[in-house]
Amino acid sequence: MSTLPRWVLLPALLGALFVLLPLTAMASRVRWANVGALLTSEASLSALRLSVQTSATSALACVLVGVPMSVLLARAEFRGLSLLRSLVLLPLVLPPVVGGIALLYTFGRQGLLGRHLEVLGLEIAFSTTAVVLAQTFVALPFLVISLEGALRTAGTRYEVTAASLGAGPSRVLLGVTLPLVLPSLLSGTVLAFARALGEFGATITFAGSLQGTTRTLPLEIYLQRESDPEAAVALSFLLMIVAVVVIAVARRRVSA
Amino acid sequence: MSLQLRARVPERGVELDLAVADGQTLALIGPNGAGKSTVLSLVSGALRPGTGRVELDGQLLAGEHSWTPPHQRRVTTLSQDPVLFPHLTARRNVMYPLRSQGVPRARSRDEAEQWLAELGLMELAERRPAQLSGGQAQRVAIARALAADPRLLLLDEPMAALDIDVASALRAQLRRFLTDRTAIIVTHDVLDALTLADCLAVLEDGRIIEQGPTQELLSTPRSAFTARFAGLNLLTGRWQDGAVVLADGTRLPATGPHPPGRRLHAAFRPSAVRLAPVGGIRRTVTGLLPHGDLVRVRTEDLAADLSPQEIAEHRLEPGSPVLLAVPRGSVTTYEA
Amino acid sequence: MRALARPLAATAGLLLLAAGCGSGADSGTEPVTLQVYAAASLQEPFAEIGEEFEAAHEGVEVAFNLAGSSTLGQQIRQGAPADVFASANPQNMDTLVGADLAAPVDFTSNTLMIAVPPGNPAGITDLASLTRDGLNLVLCAPEVPCGAAAKTLEESAGLTLAPVSEEQSVTDVLNKVTSGQADAGLVYVTDIARAGDAAEGIEFPEAQDAVNTYPITPIRGADHAGLGQEFVDLVLSEPGQQTLADHGFVRP
Repeated sequence: MSTLPRWVLLPALLGALFVLLPLTAMASRVRWANVGALLTSEASLSALRLSVQTSATSALACVLVGVPMSVLLARAEFRGLSLLRSLVLLPLVLPPVVGGIALLYTFGRQGLLGRHLEVLGLEIAFSTTAVVLAQTFVALPFLVISLEGALRTAGTRYEVTAASLGAGPSRVLLGVTLPLVLPSLLSGTVLAFARALGEFGATITFAGSLQGTTRTLPLEIYLQRESDPEAAVALSFLLMIVAVVVIAVARRRVSA
Repeated sequence: MSLQLRARVPERGVELDLAVADGQTLALIGPNGAGKSTVLSLVSGALRPGTGRVELDGQLLAGEHSWTPPHQRRVTTLSQDPVLFPHLTARRNVMYPLRSQGVPRARSRDEAEQWLAELGLMELAERRPAQLSGGQAQRVAIARALAADPRLLLLDEPMAALDIDVASALRAQLRRFLTDRTAIIVTHDVLDALTLADCLAVLEDGRIIEQGPTQELLSTPRSAFTARFAGLNLLTGRWQDGAVVLADGTRLPATGPHPPGRRLHAAFRPSAVRLAPVGGIRRTVTGLLPHGDLVRVRTEDLAADLSPQEIAEHRLEPGSPVLLAVPRGSVTTYEA
Repeated sequence: MRALARPLAATAGLLLLAAGCGSGADSGTEPVTLQVYAAASLQEPFAEIGEEFEAAHEGVEVAFNLAGSSTLGQQIRQGAPADVFASANPQNMDTLVGADLAAPVDFTSNTLMIAVPPGNPAGITDLASLTRDGLNLVLCAPEVPCGAAAKTLEESAGLTLAPVSEEQSVTDVLNKVTSGQADAGLVYVTDIARAGDAAEGIEFPEAQDAVNTYPITPIRGADHAGLGQEFVDLVLSEPGQQTLADHGFVRP
């Protein structure tokens, strides 16, 4: 620490202030006397419940497809790999609204897949599934990027050793590769969950907004802002608390 | 479990023909970049040969249209880095190959325990790799490699990262385990070759330049590298009147008889070389190195171990001329 | 280090200034920018009226901030440099009146219409047909003006509408219809006019029960309150009203 030049302190503090000040300013606007009533209203509770459920489902979906993707990106060698990686990480830089539009043209009623699903009686538009799809779409790169980096850093020597001891590819992946990157897998999953929790643009574009079905906490906040700014502030504060708790718990578990 | 390797890897400039007989240990030596790790990679399955074949016990591991993946070869590598799985205890590390081969959990546990006991590791069984010393970790790695019951064991400088005392203790244990196992050991240490290997192969520039029983190769080396590895001086010349006459005309007296004019190698220990008052072999000092309680004096083509007093008395330093003699009885001569 | 310190200080200054940043005071001959905060549905007619205003006032530029009325109302209450505010409903204007910032007059109105995708695949005919089972109906949320209007309509007609989504803005409703996600939606007449071929409009008599009135006001104490009043006058004038009518708006 003592080798750090002293001047880094100023911009570092400014940066921290830049993040903390708005949050404090928002917290200062919370009318604490009404908070209980605002947060326990039917609409708020329903939005919170839906947000936690869909974000957890999305995080799980991210793990199920993101882990194999990361392994492939980190270990496989084939033409177009780097192009594929860029494409997979695209939602990271794309405005979520664009993601929502893209999903609309894929899973929407007249979308590429949507119209065939509709024939099968599966309607995704305006359903909770649509929310999960939108969240997974934007959250997936967070898991992939953190896990792929960890896999590259870990290198292949443990895997080569395991194979030399007679372990087949599946046993190596599940028994050696993944346990070694478990901390990154956990933090990646938490990141994905947090991103899903905050997802707004793709959801409102693709899934719509209906209490209990598609109106997650961020959508509820945005809507409350129209009629009841005080409730919006209280809900924002709630979302912040949930996010802080999730990140804190995850960090503790990862470092343990 | 005999190994037959005949393969070319053009991109690495390697062309090999190598065999290890059942139950034998082959030491593979050679300068850095000679292709030693290529040999190990070809056998372990980390590398496909350009052309040629790798056969273990009659089973084709790699051929033109055939490929056995590493985990099905039962060829286990032990390198200088133990590569213990950091998330598993010592015991679970040793159980790993057993479980991988489908041995039930309880029996894996028993067998792992036997191996740990064999290597004196019982009290460390529940430790994680991070809580083990370098020597302890390497012993766990050996227990794990042996638990895999490999058909062929590849040892890649297994003692290189350990300090001398730990290394010699480990060498003694390895010697016991290698007696009836088929193994290849890559090493830079002549002690490893002498104590662990039945035969020796010398690699240079991707080719095997010498191959044979360890003792024989080390006492009558035919290449400069092998001689240096064995710690011997090696000179080559023709037999003439009771001496090996080198290309520069230097006479090296030796015991015969040999047909006159026969090309011969002459090998002798640096410790046998003396300073000569007159006559002797005229050389120039190229370097001085401490060597036990003596000083190794290097010249153009031979080395001599002299006492510090002699060095001081004759003021030997790089560039000094020096006159050397080798007692006739210390020189071993054999056909080149 | 010294080279780095200066831009850092500048950044720091910027960060601190950002909060207090306002429109600079106008001094004599400097070009003047009139800030008009208007409900998003007014985009097209106001653009035309703005051009007219600029033509009549040399050196004046009209800048529009188009967004949802409640967003704009909040921004103005927080001190945003608005000279004129045109709201899509009286409620958002009332909060400004309460804060003594506005003296509004109603300048136009808008009614609801059923929007369906081209060809009307679900065969919608009137308001009652929106209650059909399995219909993907999209409305505005009751919290926003178009949703409030829909709610009024629903109550006065004695119907129960079960939307699959309550959108944030009328534009979102329209998008759901034009993209074919929804079978029908309730939007403003002006939105149908804006959508062109992408959506069809179906009129229904009950619409008269939920007429949405648009109030406009110059902001009291704004930098260009005088010019603001002139802009309001232009909107209320015959040519201004004609422009609004061209885009489907109706005189109150």
